[in-house]
Amino acid sequence: METTDTNQTFAAYDSKIEGNVIITKVDAAMNWMRKNSMWPMPMGLACCAIEMMAAACSRFDLSRFGMEVMRFSPRQADVMIVSGTVTYKMALAVKRVWDQMPEPKWCIAMGACASSGGMYRSYAVLQGIDRLIPVDVYISGCPPRPEALIEGLLKLQRKIEGTDAVMEQKKELLEDLA
Amino acid sequence: MSAEDLDVLKKEFAAEVIGTKEFRGEHTITVSLAALYDVLAYCKNSLGYNFLLDISSLDHFGDDPRFEMVYELATVDDKKHLRVKAPVGEEESVKSAVDLWLAADWHEREAYDMMGINFTGHPNMKRILMWEGYPFFPLRKDFPLAGRPSDMPDVAFTGVAPLEGGPFVTSCGTDDVVRREPRARDQK
Repeated sequence: METTDTNQTFAAYDSKIEGNVIITKVDAAMNWMRKNSMWPMPMGLACCAIEMMAAACSRFDLSRFGMEVMRFSPRQADVMIVSGTVTYKMALAVKRVWDQMPEPKWCIAMGACASSGGMYRSYAVLQGIDRLIPVDVYISGCPPRPEALIEGLLKLQRKIEGTDAVMEQKKELLEDLA
Repeated sequence: MSAEDLDVLKKEFAAEVIGTKEFRGEHTITVSLAALYDVLAYCKNSLGYNFLLDISSLDHFGDDPRFEMVYELATVDDKKHLRVKAPVGEEESVKSAVDLWLAADWHEREAYDMMGINFTGHPNMKRILMWEGYPFFPLRKDFPLAGRPSDMPDVAFTGVAPLEGGPFVTSCGTDDVVRREPRARDQK
């Protein structure tokens, strides 16, 4: 429908599509989609994994935030939840899984052990997963309650909202192109 | 019953028995390393100890012989229990008990992995907890608590854990909460 003025043509407002059009920035739209469908890669290594499972189950229900789709293939996952003690024997396996995840990807260090080695000041335990892979959110607790994990995931949502959809979330891709 | 077994063993292996001990109903016999396998075989075949509960090892760092093997024997019906010990020097190796009890397989591998005691006649003597190629034996007394750096590319690496003045040890048996709080003790 068009109305013709004396010397100008305007697209008239169409009442049939009212409410179906959103005007936004590409960054904001992509971030909105990414943050509301974060698929976790459960890297369950110790007792924190039990709390992570509880967070995904009906009482706490991660699916309220679009994160219930635990993917056991790293190629389908967005956020790796490292929950538990990372031993040196396991460390490079965790790194390998992380390397297989497609960008954009995020990492949550859940609990004291994954964040810092926890109580294991020992020859056998990696002193924090951030020595191998970049961590976005640290969650304190030994183990943290499911609410804490949900809080951490919501913190990660806030972080995704505020970052550039390509420049800051596709770093490896940009490095490859450069 | 275990006490009678000690007498039988003392009679059978008179020269090889270093000592026996009874503590709160638990019986221990210490024998020389040369006779260890024969004593174990005798315990199993003649005394009915058909169940191997555990094998462990001790590091008496600074003493000679340095190590000590500990075998916990029992019967399946749990009627008697016997501990067999044998001192092991740093250069000596122990005859494997796998052909007596299959349970000895992983226990002996653990003793080798953590303490570096060698076994002869073991069907699969390799590390069980650490990876093949890890250069240290971490439960030895001269291995630092924080660990030592090592690197095997594409397999695993280790680093030194920050102890921050630790290890932090609590004082048991004190009623005072402040004194019970874990604190750093001097490490020698």
